[in-house]
Amino acid sequence: MSFPTEAELKAILLKVVAMSKADECTAQITGTTTGNIRFALNNVSTSGIVTDTELAVQVAFGKRVGIATINEFNDAALERVVRRAEDLARLAPENPEFVPAVAKQTYRPTNTFSAATAAITPEYRAKMANASIAPCKAEKLIAAGFLTDTNRFVAFANSRGNYGYQTGTALDYTCTVRTEDGRGSGWVGRNLQDSTSFNAADEIRTAMRKASASADARALEPGKYTVILEPAAAAGLITFMMRFFDARQADEGRSFLSKKGGGNKIGEQVYDPRVSFTTDPWYPGAEVMPWDEDGLPREKMALVEGGKIANLNYSRFWAQKQGKRPVGQVGNLLMAGGTRSTADLVRSTQRGILVTRTWYIRMVDPQTVLLTGLTRDGTFFIENGQIKYPLKNFRFNESPVIMLNNIDELGKPVRVSADEGDMVTVIPPMKLRDFTFTSLSDAV
Amino acid sequence: MLRRNFLAAAGLVGGGLVVPSAFGKAIAAEALLSTIDVAVKKRLADVALGAATAAGATYCDVRIGRYLRQIVVTREATVQNVVNTESTGVGVRVIANGAWGFAATNDLSNDGVAAAARQATAIATANAASQTAPVKLAPVKGVGEVSWKTPIVKNGMAVPPKDKVEMLLQVNAAAMAAGADFISSSLFLINEQKYFASTDGSYIDQDIHRIWAPFTATAIDKASGKFRTRNSLAAPMGMGFEFLDGAAEGRQEMPNGVVAYGTSYDMRADAIAAARQARAKLTAPSVKPGKYDLVLDPSHSFLTIHESVGHALELDRVLGYEANYAGTSFATIDKRDAGFQYGSDKVNFTADKTEPGSLGHVGYDDEGVKTKRWDLIKNGKLVDYQSVRDQAHILGKTESDGCCYADSWSSVQFQRMANVSLQPGKAKMSVADMIAGVDNGIYMLGRGSYSIDQQRYNAQFGGQLFYEIKNGKLGAQIEDVAYQIRTPEFWNACTAICDASDYRLGGTFSDGKGQPSQSSAVSHGSSTARFDGINVINTARSLG
Repeated sequence: MSFPTEAELKAILLKVVAMSKADECTAQITGTTTGNIRFALNNVSTSGIVTDTELAVQVAFGKRVGIATINEFNDAALERVVRRAEDLARLAPENPEFVPAVAKQTYRPTNTFSAATAAITPEYRAKMANASIAPCKAEKLIAAGFLTDTNRFVAFANSRGNYGYQTGTALDYTCTVRTEDGRGSGWVGRNLQDSTSFNAADEIRTAMRKASASADARALEPGKYTVILEPAAAAGLITFMMRFFDARQADEGRSFLSKKGGGNKIGEQVYDPRVSFTTDPWYPGAEVMPWDEDGLPREKMALVEGGKIANLNYSRFWAQKQGKRPVGQVGNLLMAGGTRSTADLVRSTQRGILVTRTWYIRMVDPQTVLLTGLTRDGTFFIENGQIKYPLKNFRFNESPVIMLNNIDELGKPVRVSADEGDMVTVIPPMKLRDFTFTSLSDAV
Repeated sequence: MLRRNFLAAAGLVGGGLVVPSAFGKAIAAEALLSTIDVAVKKRLADVALGAATAAGATYCDVRIGRYLRQIVVTREATVQNVVNTESTGVGVRVIANGAWGFAATNDLSNDGVAAAARQATAIATANAASQTAPVKLAPVKGVGEVSWKTPIVKNGMAVPPKDKVEMLLQVNAAAMAAGADFISSSLFLINEQKYFASTDGSYIDQDIHRIWAPFTATAIDKASGKFRTRNSLAAPMGMGFEFLDGAAEGRQEMPNGVVAYGTSYDMRADAIAAARQARAKLTAPSVKPGKYDLVLDPSHSFLTIHESVGHALELDRVLGYEANYAGTSFATIDKRDAGFQYGSDKVNFTADKTEPGSLGHVGYDDEGVKTKRWDLIKNGKLVDYQSVRDQAHILGKTESDGCCYADSWSSVQFQRMANVSLQPGKAKMSVADMIAGVDNGIYMLGRGSYSIDQQRYNAQFGGQLFYEIKNGKLGAQIEDVAYQIRTPEFWNACTAICDASDYRLGGTFSDGKGQPSQSSAVSHGSSTARFDGINVINTARSLG
């Protein structure tokens, strides 16, 4: 389905904003086409396409806000949605934390759109599913996977003269490959904005190799070990921690980034000096929209620099209250690293454990960001620079804050697909000392 | 587990405002009380059934759904959001040439619905080419035109939003007065108006209600930088607004004065207790790791049941259909055939879609199967699973268990968890009686952290409140407790279960499964239960 042109969208938005009699009005049109294909037991199980276009109107009378949405765009429908938002706002309770709509902004576009991803067809999805299934069938392995792609536009305008429009695409592919006897399991995941470089036939080989190699796993006593976390394994822990880079929580004394006696830890050494996190909406291969959900421009910004906290996320309300300049909320996470691959890190390891993937990570204690979760789909024992044998999976209880103080080496960052990650993430493989495994799991 | 939003993950969110579009379209509160005329729904359903059959479908079901949600979010003295949403449309599922096809539309015209039916049939026909074995449906006898409604007393959607806001702000004020430094509280109301019709001759109109009133109270010690939280001890329920009446019969006072809740909730009283208990956590001693006998309150054990029994006995996981996301299961069919000892002989689990007050309580599932209750584990032995119509034959069964559910008209229905519950002990036993028999134990209440592996073997659970038990006596509040289990060992260590007078439901609104992920609400009942010699770890760490 083709989306409306930018000129058409802008005309609708300006009409809507002009219709409103409220103190302020923001209108936003989003259009999304998402395609997917799912397979299991070496068969395609479901596939589908969902297309949706929606106009949302938010108005405010003083500190009373109302939101209404609609998916029709004729004049009568536009009038109806504006009036409904106004009616809701008049009935709404006052929000003491209300912040007016953003003023006119200048956005520097980011390269979030790929024509190749937007042009993905049902035939392409079926081909990628078959490219995953066929080699598994040939080698008596069993594939289960999911491919989803999105083509999207966002256009918005408000009564203070602000306007933005951009398109974006994304593709996410994951596949779990198991041996027929259920004793081996491997996994591969790819997350891309541009599908040009994606080929399931290449990717599936990683999962197949790990499935076969992880059978006959041996048990190793739980304890503290040197680990190499592949980027996807590390991302599970680190993206979890980044949810707590919130200034208000820290200032209120309920975050690992709260300081004893009050205030937050901006400027303090929290991690090993090699740890640096930045956010940059223009970063090649990890581009995100140049604005946040409020329409504030995102900026390239350090979050952690040389192991010190450089910046936290401020909501517009909290920035205003604390006298800070409001900056767009973080859209992607880029962790600095070195130049060496996971395989290089393995080669330089005397004795350690290689972790392909982490799973079902949950917070145990927010005070220290102690997380628990498990390894899965390929955990291996390393000795004298070589992978010696597969290991039974472990449960870990570890804090990413402690983990990032026990760094041996950081490898070359790559864009990853984390199971429950909530932002585009570029992260290195990492070799860490004293990673805490607390029990064994029989799960394969 | 619940997958996070894919669009947010791709950094493709909008730049104007945050819209609750994941739940549907924003509407006025008054619109939450309207319904679509049943005659209109029947006419539309017949159009779809006719169009699918004419296009070559050998089976067709139509779900006309109107999904309504109201969410009220507050913190301290501030209302953060009041949102009403509606999502209405039609999902058509067919079998053609032995394969499934599905299509959905929000166009409720005759032409729109017929087009969706034809599209579903075309997809099924295309899918048939690569289908290895034709779909085999367990038979269902058509029930004609019937209706079913959650037995609610008070429709929460009819309570003015202003009253709900006032109630939450009073809860917050009470918690702050009792020593909380912060409190966030919310109210979630759900009404699923679902019409199901199929070529089996069923026209089923259902009106389903659910309610949830969670909060988190936080206490802070500024000097040490320490903070602790205590969440609500009440469960989400398949009830109306009467759940929040705070009636005496819902109140269950434990031997140490802690109050837990059953079918009626006093949110204000719980928030006051939470504020005091959160503050007590700041100075409570840290647990000494080791083996303990655990006494688990239903407000805690529901999640252990959910993860280690409910999910493990979902047939699609057992078969491998969820291998890439939710995972598989250790509890394979050969174990059922061999009479696998899942738990001690005191352990009896039922699956039940008919239990009043539970989140999974419906008259018929989303493929028109009348709901029922059945055994999963009997005297500790694995005896059955949870299945839907196209899976029953795999278990050698001639009927579906009625476990089919879709979270929206636009989602395809598939096997979801029923209310899986631990049956109460047969002999009379109170919580006080149980605790009196424990020499070295921990009494745990509330839902804490939770994590389990992809085959449901190794799990770890925390809680909200922990009390030491020494020589049959309940002691002080302790902290930093989590226990680790291997599923069969844990359930085989169950040595006592309190009687039916202690039976309560816990539950969750957001059980995630499938790709794209769908969310389902499910309850788990139990009485307080004892587990001997469980491995407890200390979760305190120092960041230096």
